[in-house]
Amino acid sequence: MDSLGPMNTALQVDEAKRIFKVSRQAFVDPAILEAERKEIFDKCWLYVGHSSELAKPGDFVTRQVGGRSILFARDAKENLNAILNTCPHRGAQVCREKRGNAKAFQCFYHGWVFGLDGMLRSQPGETSYPADFKERSTSSMQRVPRFESYRDFNFISFDRNAESLATYLGPATEYLDVICDQAEAGMVIVGGSQEYSIRANWKLLTENSIDGYHALTTHASYLDYLKNCSGGLANVGFGGSARDLGNGHAVLEYKAPWGRPVAQWIPAWGERGKQEIARLNDNLVERFGRERADRIATFNRNLFIFPNLVVNDIMAVTVRTYYPAAPDFMTISAWALAPREESEWARKYRLFNFLEFLGPGGFATPDDVEALEQCQRGYRNTSEVRWNDISKGMGKQNPSYDDELQMRAFWSRWNEHVFRVAG
Amino acid sequence: MSAAGPSLEGASRSDVEEFLFREAELLDEWRLPEWLELFTDDGVYYVPVTDLPVDASPDNYLFYVADDRFRLSERVKRLMKRTAHAEFPHSKTRHLVSNVRIRQRLENELDVASAFVTYRTKDGVTDTFFGGNRYRLVPQNGSFRIREKRCLLDSDGLRSQGRVSIIL
Repeated sequence: MDSLGPMNTALQVDEAKRIFKVSRQAFVDPAILEAERKEIFDKCWLYVGHSSELAKPGDFVTRQVGGRSILFARDAKENLNAILNTCPHRGAQVCREKRGNAKAFQCFYHGWVFGLDGMLRSQPGETSYPADFKERSTSSMQRVPRFESYRDFNFISFDRNAESLATYLGPATEYLDVICDQAEAGMVIVGGSQEYSIRANWKLLTENSIDGYHALTTHASYLDYLKNCSGGLANVGFGGSARDLGNGHAVLEYKAPWGRPVAQWIPAWGERGKQEIARLNDNLVERFGRERADRIATFNRNLFIFPNLVVNDIMAVTVRTYYPAAPDFMTISAWALAPREESEWARKYRLFNFLEFLGPGGFATPDDVEALEQCQRGYRNTSEVRWNDISKGMGKQNPSYDDELQMRAFWSRWNEHVFRVAG
Repeated sequence: MSAAGPSLEGASRSDVEEFLFREAELLDEWRLPEWLELFTDDGVYYVPVTDLPVDASPDNYLFYVADDRFRLSERVKRLMKRTAHAEFPHSKTRHLVSNVRIRQRLENELDVASAFVTYRTKDGVTDTFFGGNRYRLVPQNGSFRIREKRCLLDSDGLRSQGRVSIIL
């Protein structure tokens, strides 16, 4: 490709020569973002929220998902509803609060009232409308075309013909199972969400979230900190593997020296912590046998679900989703996930752990943000320097967690979507 | 400030302002090790996320920052290193402090509120952080020590700042 004109692929791949390159145009071109909206965000399954966020009938949250304004609510029959947050009458957003509990939603513009399922209940001046007006499907708030759940992770798709969520997730469900099986009474989102943004292309965060290669340099100061904490590290080395889960999903599974509230003890947690961690481990062994219990407790997982959901089960569990607002700007929402039945002690250490590494005020994420923004700045040179190299570990039988197989899995699927080419 | 320095009963708003302006100056001059010394040995520094109750505890809610004294000292050490990439080279900041008020005089500390606007410039991009600070100040050796500093951001999360890599 000699100019930055229209592309028919963003990849340069040669398995034999172990070449895998991604065009930097994919990070800067508004036409690419348009294609992503149409071919990815309008078609794939997108995470909308966790069932625990809507604990009681009437609970609701509003979210931006795939460029749409979504109202996600639990109705009196305990059903979850994902509704397009726009009044069927003249278009205003019906619900203007970020979260809350309601019996009904009223559009303030002309006063139409809708149930938690989006159905029109009443409108001022009803006698001026025909008798069957309420029964018309166009009189109620519209639901998203598709809504399905897996283990309390709720997804929506704007493609009526999308394959089922379970088929879409494929082998990724196994990893969601391993993460959710930490809890006996289900996982819950802990109060509060981290909302931030990065002045960089959204795909840079996909890469970064499943990048085992950058830790030693980008996060050198975090690792220094762990060494300074007395008893901050378990006697465990870094090591593990990466796996391509198909459909663009990928996972890293590896051991690491940090403490895990379920369940890897570090000396800093003392005797109290030792007992608690032992109890949690015993419970896992009882429920799943030794082998699976060890996998749940002592392995970390960075799970990526195409196109934009990250569930990282590391020193705490974070759920993160992000969207492009422009080729060089993304918005991110992140939550902490924890076992419902967790003790006060474990919850406290989990959150303490979380903030050490994760989030825009942690000891690591700000440096990731900096790295991504510096990449985006570097792409100003795309006319002259056109390609990213993500070939690390190509041709290996067993790719390591710090190789780049998982990024190649993402990019291959991304390329198929955006350029509608077969994989 | 009087020669003997403020006592719990005698501390005036201007004593508190003098202390908070001094704190802002240390932060803007990146004299973070000196800033750290303003905290008591059990001092804490909190930046909650922006969808929580004012008095939420970091033991059961997600925050952006919830440092005990040890982790705060590590934060300071980190920020003074070249490998704190988000702050290398150091950004330029200006901490503006206003609306200072002694809310309550408790048994051995002052409950103080202030408003803040902090500008951060790096690589030609300027971000604004704004909100209210709540302090628990302990009179000590002619000045104060901070037992708790809680920065309550008024923005919708950290959009568009993206990070709190500086001390607010």
